[in-house]
Amino acid sequence: MHLQTRPLRVTIVASALLLTIGGARTALAQMAQGAGDPHAGESAYNRNCIGCHGPQGDGRGENAQWIEPKPRDFTEALFKCRSTPTGTLPTDNDVEQAITRGFVTTNMPSWRPLTEETRRNLVAYIKTFSPKWTTRPAGTPIVIPAETPVNVESIIRGRQLFQKMECWKCHGPAGHGDGPAASALTDSKDQPIRPYNFSTGTRFKCGSTNADLYRIFMTGLDGTPMPSFVDQLKPNDAWDLVHFLRTLQPAQSPEAILWAPYHRAHAAELPPIGADAATPPPT
Amino acid sequence: MTGWSRRKFAPVQMSFGALCALSLLVGASTRATAMTGVGGANGSGIHGSDRDGRADTQPRALYAEFLRRYGGSSGFGNEKHFDGGTTLAVHSSSVIPAFARKYGLPCSACHTSWPQLNNFGQVFRDNGYRLMNERDSPIDHAPGYWPIAARITPHFRVDRTTNQPVDAVPGDPTSGFAERAITQTGFDLSGLDLLMIGTLSNNISFGLIPSSDNQGSFHLEAAYVRFNDLLSSNWANLKVGKFELDNIVSEKRELLLSGNGGFYQSYHFVPAGVLVASPDPTLPASPVPDGTSFGLGDNQLGAEFSGHSVNSYTRFSVGLFSSTDGEVGLQQGSGFDAAVALSQAFEAGSLGLERIGVFGYRGNRPTTFATLNGQPVPGTWDGNKSFYRAGVAGDLYLGNLELLPLYMRASDDVALATAGGGQPFPPQPVPVGARSPVWNAAFLEAHYFVSHQFVAMGRHEVIRVATQTLPEFPSDLGNVDATAVGFRWNPFMLSRTGLALHGEYAWTSTTGLPPLSGLGSGAPPNDLTTRVKSSSIFLALDFAF
Repeated sequence: MHLQTRPLRVTIVASALLLTIGGARTALAQMAQGAGDPHAGESAYNRNCIGCHGPQGDGRGENAQWIEPKPRDFTEALFKCRSTPTGTLPTDNDVEQAITRGFVTTNMPSWRPLTEETRRNLVAYIKTFSPKWTTRPAGTPIVIPAETPVNVESIIRGRQLFQKMECWKCHGPAGHGDGPAASALTDSKDQPIRPYNFSTGTRFKCGSTNADLYRIFMTGLDGTPMPSFVDQLKPNDAWDLVHFLRTLQPAQSPEAILWAPYHRAHAAELPPIGADAATPPPT
Repeated sequence: MTGWSRRKFAPVQMSFGALCALSLLVGASTRATAMTGVGGANGSGIHGSDRDGRADTQPRALYAEFLRRYGGSSGFGNEKHFDGGTTLAVHSSSVIPAFARKYGLPCSACHTSWPQLNNFGQVFRDNGYRLMNERDSPIDHAPGYWPIAARITPHFRVDRTTNQPVDAVPGDPTSGFAERAITQTGFDLSGLDLLMIGTLSNNISFGLIPSSDNQGSFHLEAAYVRFNDLLSSNWANLKVGKFELDNIVSEKRELLLSGNGGFYQSYHFVPAGVLVASPDPTLPASPVPDGTSFGLGDNQLGAEFSGHSVNSYTRFSVGLFSSTDGEVGLQQGSGFDAAVALSQAFEAGSLGLERIGVFGYRGNRPTTFATLNGQPVPGTWDGNKSFYRAGVAGDLYLGNLELLPLYMRASDDVALATAGGGQPFPPQPVPVGARSPVWNAAFLEAHYFVSHQFVAMGRHEVIRVATQTLPEFPSDLGNVDATAVGFRWNPFMLSRTGLALHGEYAWTSTTGLPPLSGLGSGAPPNDLTTRVKSSSIFLALDFAF
């Protein structure tokens, strides 16, 4: 078979040139549009997110049936990790941070490898799934006061609050996510949901810093049974609770390093946590 | 490349077993003439290896038989036509639906268009195939999960190569050579890649890739263990075994597949080494290749220390490899190569992520060996001579348009350059006036992603020999111009399997030498100034599951 290749080559090269020019024009157009372009975000969404969150953003992607916990339903505009008060929409930065950070121990990975521009575009596109974004403003981020000093006293107070606020009912006395109420918990879509198990990881779903943990107490995790404690906890109390929760994690945090020797020496003096706690803790 | 990198570019002197076999097959009296007919390298034909082990008494046929059976050099570094007729350059590449199954992500999350990685996939790979979500260890997944995937590519192809020497009278090796174009047309099959890559524990990863040619003959394309995050730092990872070099532009993951387009000429080119007289006195002497057995795209055996930033924008690797081009057995003795790669990426707004980097490889190959009763003794190769490959490369985005530029400068020691003259046993002295060849290679590959399911692609590649091994060589001997265009369309994008409809047209022009594709007879033309043109039309169903 003898190939008459010259006309074919000319045609193919010309086509390739046209595609190249077209690509450059598209890129220039994208540059002009600036950040948070939902159209560009749709492309990134279809490439990366659609398998779990679905084409309609309702968390019913083809892979959702195999995933626990279930993917976020963007049509509800309910987001766990926010800097804004409970019941309000998150800021764009909150959503971008969630995309960037991912959710530890879930199927949602960190999308930090995407460019910042792409992540912003994704945020813009995700916001098209719910009309709430066009009718309501995002909430105002809460103010996080300066962290109180980390010491044994603060950890002990946090331990008391863990008992008093009945955190153990869901998270379990040792923070293993196995409290007496854990098995009955459901999310806003009546799907079973497990409380966070502090012993399994070194990061929290909404961040890894103490400030991130503080924020969770004060904003709650909307769409989950984790409420906001902004009306129950004073800032110093919240920091105490943060310091105690850090001791439940496997990481060698400053809190854990402080607490370990104290706990070994005073374990018998510490009241138990949970339903069996009968006596007030030592001060 | 399936069944390709295993044997590809392994020069004659690199295979001890092959040498012994050759000497046994051919015998001392016929050995010299066995190599003179470079066209004899085509003896295996293009329709598949003759695996019945028959030996011919004719020198050219003996040489061909040797090449068939032991995977020696074809003369110019490409043995695909000895590989079961696998003129398709389909890769032993890592497109791994098993990962998609494990993590529930679609192929497009890690691949621009599979098997090429995007930066998310690069980070995943750099982390030892972990998403770092504290769900990476095998113990975190259902016992039924099995990290295995397979890839194969049924296809229709038309391959044509001009100026290929054939016997003037078919069946009569004494009739002299004539030249003709050789065309193959029809349905064919690629080799099969079995891809087993995953984690052994949270911080230890592994890779195992048995790969076959298209007749089902398997070899180990890759086998390694990787220790991730040594000292709890992503800047310290150690990989040991057989694996792909940390090339900034990966050949194992390239999108083009055809016989002429499915590999980077730059990664495998070696210039002409010496001239060998033709058995046909009416024809001029033929060039035979530089004998350096190395392919930048070939998997190597050794250890690699690497590191990367959290998002892999900064990456580095240094490697130490046995001087075997990935061949197992250490039959030639001791020798080590070194590789280094460094790249940096930066964000360019809506244009995307731009990566540039440098790479270098310095290797050694032996030139002498001890003998016993006139036969080479395993493990006694000595007299190492060096070669290098060094260059710059990039991965640049203009929105949906991706550009992969590469420039490389390369040189082989003159002793290596002249060692591949078809007469490695016993070693030949360096011809008077011979020089270390130097050449420049460059390509620009473009991918335009119409969507995450459709990509149009093209590449142009040039190789120019700056210093010929022999002064009498024409200055353009061995120069290469190669172009390829194509498309891949994924009709669906699941997190379980992948199917791509692939179309491609590629053509190559080489001066005085056969095309690296090995298409046609894989032999040089009768004249050093003849431009051999080779083209491929390739339509395929490329699928992985």
